[in-house]
Amino acid sequence: MNVAFFFEVLIGGLLAGVMYSLVALGFVLIYKASGVFNFAQGAMVFFAALTFISLVERGLNFWLALVVTLAVMVVLGIAIEKVVLRPLVNQPPITLFMATIGLTFVLEGLSQLVWGSQPHGLELGIQDVPMEWLSQSTGINISQFDIFAAGVAGLLVAVLALFFQYTRIGRALRAVADDHQAALSVGIPLKHIWAIVWSVAGFVALVAGLMWGARNGVQYALTFIALKALPVLILGGFESVLGAIVGGLIIGASEKLAEVYIGPMVGGGIESWFAYVVALLFLLVRPQGLFGEKIIDRV
Amino acid sequence: MSARAHPVGEVVLSVENVSLSFGGVKALQGITFDVREHEVRAIIGPNGAGKSSMLNVINGVYHPQQGTIKLRGREFHDMNSHEAAKMGIARTFQNIALFKGMSVLDNIMTGRNLKMRCNFLQQALWIGPARREEMAHRRAVEEVIDFMEIQHIRKTPVGKLAYGLQKRVELARALAAEPTLLLLDEPMAGMNLEEKQDMCRFVLDVNDHFGTTIVLIEHDMGVVMDISDRVVVLDYGKKIGDGTPDQIRTNQAVIDAYLGVAH
Amino acid sequence: MFYREAGQFKSSYAEDQQIFPIRQDRIGITALLLVVFVAVPLLGDQYWLSAIFTPLLIFALAALGLNILTGYAGQLSLGTAAFMAVGAFMAYNFMLRLPWLGVIPSFILAGLCAAAVGVVFGLPSLRIKGFYLAVATLACQFFVLWAIQRWGWITNYSASGVITAQKMVILGFPFDTPALKYLLTLSIVTLLALLAKNLMRSETGRAFMAVRDMDVAAEVIGIRMMHTKLLAFAISSFYCGVAGAMYAFCYLGTVEPEAFTLDLSFRVLFMIIIGGTGSILGSFIGAAFITLLPIFLNVMFGGISHLLGVEIPHAVISNLELIIFGALIIFFLIVEPHGLARLWQIAKEKLRLWPFPH
Repeated sequence: MNVAFFFEVLIGGLLAGVMYSLVALGFVLIYKASGVFNFAQGAMVFFAALTFISLVERGLNFWLALVVTLAVMVVLGIAIEKVVLRPLVNQPPITLFMATIGLTFVLEGLSQLVWGSQPHGLELGIQDVPMEWLSQSTGINISQFDIFAAGVAGLLVAVLALFFQYTRIGRALRAVADDHQAALSVGIPLKHIWAIVWSVAGFVALVAGLMWGARNGVQYALTFIALKALPVLILGGFESVLGAIVGGLIIGASEKLAEVYIGPMVGGGIESWFAYVVALLFLLVRPQGLFGEKIIDRV
Repeated sequence: MSARAHPVGEVVLSVENVSLSFGGVKALQGITFDVREHEVRAIIGPNGAGKSSMLNVINGVYHPQQGTIKLRGREFHDMNSHEAAKMGIARTFQNIALFKGMSVLDNIMTGRNLKMRCNFLQQALWIGPARREEMAHRRAVEEVIDFMEIQHIRKTPVGKLAYGLQKRVELARALAAEPTLLLLDEPMAGMNLEEKQDMCRFVLDVNDHFGTTIVLIEHDMGVVMDISDRVVVLDYGKKIGDGTPDQIRTNQAVIDAYLGVAH
Repeated sequence: MFYREAGQFKSSYAEDQQIFPIRQDRIGITALLLVVFVAVPLLGDQYWLSAIFTPLLIFALAALGLNILTGYAGQLSLGTAAFMAVGAFMAYNFMLRLPWLGVIPSFILAGLCAAAVGVVFGLPSLRIKGFYLAVATLACQFFVLWAIQRWGWITNYSASGVITAQKMVILGFPFDTPALKYLLTLSIVTLLALLAKNLMRSETGRAFMAVRDMDVAAEVIGIRMMHTKLLAFAISSFYCGVAGAMYAFCYLGTVEPEAFTLDLSFRVLFMIIIGGTGSILGSFIGAAFITLLPIFLNVMFGGISHLLGVEIPHAVISNLELIIFGALIIFFLIVEPHGLARLWQIAKEKLRLWPFPH
């Protein structure tokens, strides 16, 4: 086995995993704060990226477009809280989950209705090419865009961590994540918290949308990356930010390695399901996921 | 009390040196006690004493780290729920565990699932044996419904019933299995005086008519002292008393646990 | 006034446990069966029979399958389309490789294959619940489609992965017109719906619902968790598999693997949400609603564009459809989480008292 090639695949996989983590992060935020498994996260990524690129194409400055898109995502978060979540308060989690599937359809239809369904290219100024000095010195090809995306993901996690740890809203969010009832009883307004969480998730979706859009173009297929993030979630646990990141790395690496070393044996194209199988096998050993707590059924 | 139809007999269940912990929390520590045939055995103790955990160990919902359970001479390190049900243990739960989406009748019918022999193909065809079996069990369930006096709500979804009635339905579901050992977890909690009296009557009637051995957890001391033959007292996962109601009433450790001790 | 059960006394448990205990309901269902079995095939035109009624029934069967698993046994599945695909492609293979078997046995065997796949992918349900399980069923969705596309044997090495369903001949009689295909579909669906209804009012159905409503209590009263969950997966997948086989043979004719994407799984899921989870009737109402909605919307948009004198672009219509679909799902979940079947039930309760509501 060629060692350099192995490392190239491994590192490429780990970095691709970071991209999955970016999407998984949005799921985890919402799940922690409101117990909702937001299937629409992928549609939100698409919606954010499409809004951003369409604004840029209509002549808006990059940063201005970013701010406007962010504002749109905040409005969307508030609207979702008002129209979808609030009337469904106290319904079983499965009902809320199905509502977010409905939301997925609405968002997909809405974004294409407003901005059209043609694919767009998105340029962030970072080329998706191997870093030359690394290739020349070690023979390992690592895309500089992947490194950039990993950096952005790291920065995002750091910002979120600071936000949760040191702001008043962050503290309230953590309280809500721990226990809704208790948070309510000390006077934390759940409604606002949920709107804020969905807005933050919208922000995460925007970042993920920019990264994925720059990599694959802004197109309908972006909605499918949510499906890529799901195995990451079951591996890492729905409630753990750390799980989303580590899970993403594991899924990304194992997927790429399997594609290269196992794929040819079974006919290739296994990345559509391999991540799920990895996650499932893992769950058979540890049903609570990587960082989840063991659940004790109380009766 | 007049002579009982089913006098208290041999030991049917013995719990020996059972310990159970969740992570660092020691729920039960070296508990030993026994239950005799046809008796009403109460487990009492302050909140968090480990009473519910004890029942959960007996019918295999929790698995103790240590100790054994002997049921009719068979020894188990830990029970599993299915095995326990097959050996004739039925129970009710502290926070009513009925099937909310089903009618009262269907809930009680589930209690007879272990007695049903037809496979799913016969049931799907609804012919001959499956239909006869269903009707036979319906008849048996109707007897339980009569016994528990809940004829008027048999087609009502249990989710719509008042709390006291739900408790009664839950007992009916347990009775439908025709258990030999019945575990009741706070059957009278949250009831008003009248409902409590009704429930006491049902518990005693079950014991009297069917000879069912009953282990019950209850907070209402008056009830416990009135209806039970022997009482186990738990506190912080340890056994601090065991005996007849009269012995328990005068047990200093029990009085301390309930009233607190001056340090 | 006319919908009264006064004077109808039950003198045995068997009478009390009929599917339709009220006489008016029995008259109603008989009339409905007469209409769908006799009037529709005689009077319906080709388009309605082959493009609307037949797929509607097939979807109703798939929805019924999913309802058994999700609505009755409480195990959320997003892999319905995969089980349908197994049914479709295996029916094709049985007909191709064992031509002497005949159509109906091929459908049954195809359903059994789907059931086997269902059991394998149902295994995780023994350890994981809720969303984790839902995600696990996605594994089935992706793996099955991949296998069909990659393993040439399944499509008989057809280059594009497209198969053409064989002609259906039962006992020497060819089922080749839309009316005959409709009748065949209707017969199979009616029979399977009846079996499902029987099963759900028996011990198996009660065990499913018990596991759904409170699994710990179910185990304590002696219901075997593993057996019950896997049986739910098996029966549900069998229904979906047969639906898939009919989707290929009675409706589409030529099938590609892409006909069974996640979108189809969602469509079927929507059917049971809108129709009503845990209801046989709901599966039919939901399938009718989801099948007829796009047709209704098309007609409506056609009318609007005619009225305004402007052409509405196709892309706009399809996006509006997406939005309306999604919004309806949310609307139903908010207004009546138990679906149209519950509304029907409430209407009947009201009718029993009408016109004297007190």
